[in-house]
Amino acid sequence: MSTPGSEAQRLARFNVSPARRRKDKIARATILAGTVLALIPLVLIVYYLLHKGLGAWSWSFFTTDPTGQSFFKNQSIGGIKSAILGTIEIVALASVIAIPIGIGVAIWLVEYGRASWFANTVRFFVDVLTGVPSIVFGLFIYIVLIVGTGSTYAGYKGSLALSLLMLPVVIRSAEVILLLIPGALRESALALGAPRWKVIFSIVLPTALPGMVTGVLLAIARAAGETAPLLFTAAATHETTFDLGKFMNSLPVQIYNDVTSPTTAVVNRAWGAALALVVMILLLNLIARLVSRRSRLA
Amino acid sequence: MTIDGTSLRTAEMEPDDLLEPGQARSPVPPPARFQASAPSAAPEAAAVKPGLSVRLEALRAFYGEAEQVKGIDLDFHANEVTAIIGPSGCGKSTMVRCINRMHEEIPGARAEGRVLLDDLDVYDSSVDVVAVRRAIGMVFQKPNPFPTMSIFDNVASGLRLSARRRGDLHPQVEAALRSAGLWDEVKDRLQEPGAGLSGGQQQRLCIARSLAVDPEVILMDEPCSALDPIATLKIEELIDELKKSVTIVIVTHNMQQAARVADRTAFMLDGKLVEVGPTQEIFTTPSDPRTEEYVTGKFG
Repeated sequence: MSTPGSEAQRLARFNVSPARRRKDKIARATILAGTVLALIPLVLIVYYLLHKGLGAWSWSFFTTDPTGQSFFKNQSIGGIKSAILGTIEIVALASVIAIPIGIGVAIWLVEYGRASWFANTVRFFVDVLTGVPSIVFGLFIYIVLIVGTGSTYAGYKGSLALSLLMLPVVIRSAEVILLLIPGALRESALALGAPRWKVIFSIVLPTALPGMVTGVLLAIARAAGETAPLLFTAAATHETTFDLGKFMNSLPVQIYNDVTSPTTAVVNRAWGAALALVVMILLLNLIARLVSRRSRLA
Repeated sequence: MTIDGTSLRTAEMEPDDLLEPGQARSPVPPPARFQASAPSAAPEAAAVKPGLSVRLEALRAFYGEAEQVKGIDLDFHANEVTAIIGPSGCGKSTMVRCINRMHEEIPGARAEGRVLLDDLDVYDSSVDVVAVRRAIGMVFQKPNPFPTMSIFDNVASGLRLSARRRGDLHPQVEAALRSAGLWDEVKDRLQEPGAGLSGGQQQRLCIARSLAVDPEVILMDEPCSALDPIATLKIEELIDELKKSVTIVIVTHNMQQAARVADRTAFMLDGKLVEVGPTQEIFTTPSDPRTEEYVTGKFG
């Protein structure tokens, strides 16, 4: 059926109505405003960090330990060497503990436990662990290893607290990656006559490796920035030490201590240390990104 | 030839093999036939060794409580190609996956009845599932080369993963690639990733991978359904060549394919075997009216 009328009339129903155009503009503007709003604090933080932190940076800032002196104006307050090295040491030990255990748990969950009730129970508690505030891990180690044994703070105790914090992050990220590995890959390896453990180590893990590295690096970055688990496990100190059995300084704890100081120079050192910590974590994130970009899941 | 029982039956403990719960204890050492069969001088003439017959006796397969294969008795003759046809969901794939015990890898899945490889029951408790899968290779619907491995490593993977072969695997890899009709296309780029090949080449790579461990039977679960007609033709030509040395079971949705490659054809419906016979007969003078309806396209 064809009604008389011009071509323009027939096509009119395809035109965008003015009301629709308005709605579209309003929606776009709202979304843009939200994005800008969210970016404001981020930009301000980065700006303040650079503004205040860069001023504190110098060669000696990175090469000297804090002196603990700030009473007299002409005394040197020292740098953050012990804090940087302490953070690296504590986080390294925490990673050595948490990463193998975490990946092992993830492998068990995906390849063996699957949907059994025990596997689901483990998953539930891992989720609970993810939501536990970081100070609770610190308190736990404090009560068990410091109050419980009647001993005192030590670097390795901080590592243990951080490894508890990292564990659920590592398990969950590794599990997600392992689940992404196509089942057909496992099947074809099994059908070749490979025992299951060989399928896991020779086929599944190499395929999952880039994704796992990303998750692990993010867990490390998260742990490196934590203050609460270290406050009453590794404590704060001034000297650089490579003995994880002793008191150990760390960047978050030093920032925490410095920022409450009445001396301007010490507060400025906190800014410098904060910038250093952010740069370290940023580097880890960049590496994680580079690795994940290389990952190609078939 | 009859299979030497010791090659599949468990012989001695190998402590470096972790076992699944429920899996037969102590896997076998690499059987002698896997070690002696490396054709080194003239790989193009792969050592002709007969395949083995497979017999299903009252085979039933379940997913949880659901019965997918409902009692099948069927013979696969040695060095013949047997095609399994039937509508989607009739249990073709499930039945085939019972033959090399891949069915039990699915959580909650189990099988009853007997699967005889020559005269060895592969479900016998003394039989090592890993050895069964070495003797009965499998090619899947979608080509699935191992993504982290080169072409060479993909073909060698079976030898490394299951037969524990070390050292120079070049002769075996070349022989397998030649048998799969892929050698000339990839001989100059063996170190490139297997995933970089075309779909048809990937599927022939997967066939080479399963040939490398020198199986007696190869199961193909719709091996061409993801391939274009030319790649399909190549695989079909290959199947014709391969049956000289292995027994082939091929599941297919494509009845022309069954007619082209199979010596015998079995028609399945709703978990049961309706009819089996020489392919010519099944397609021209089937004895069951349901078979006739299916092959003439009235349903399915």
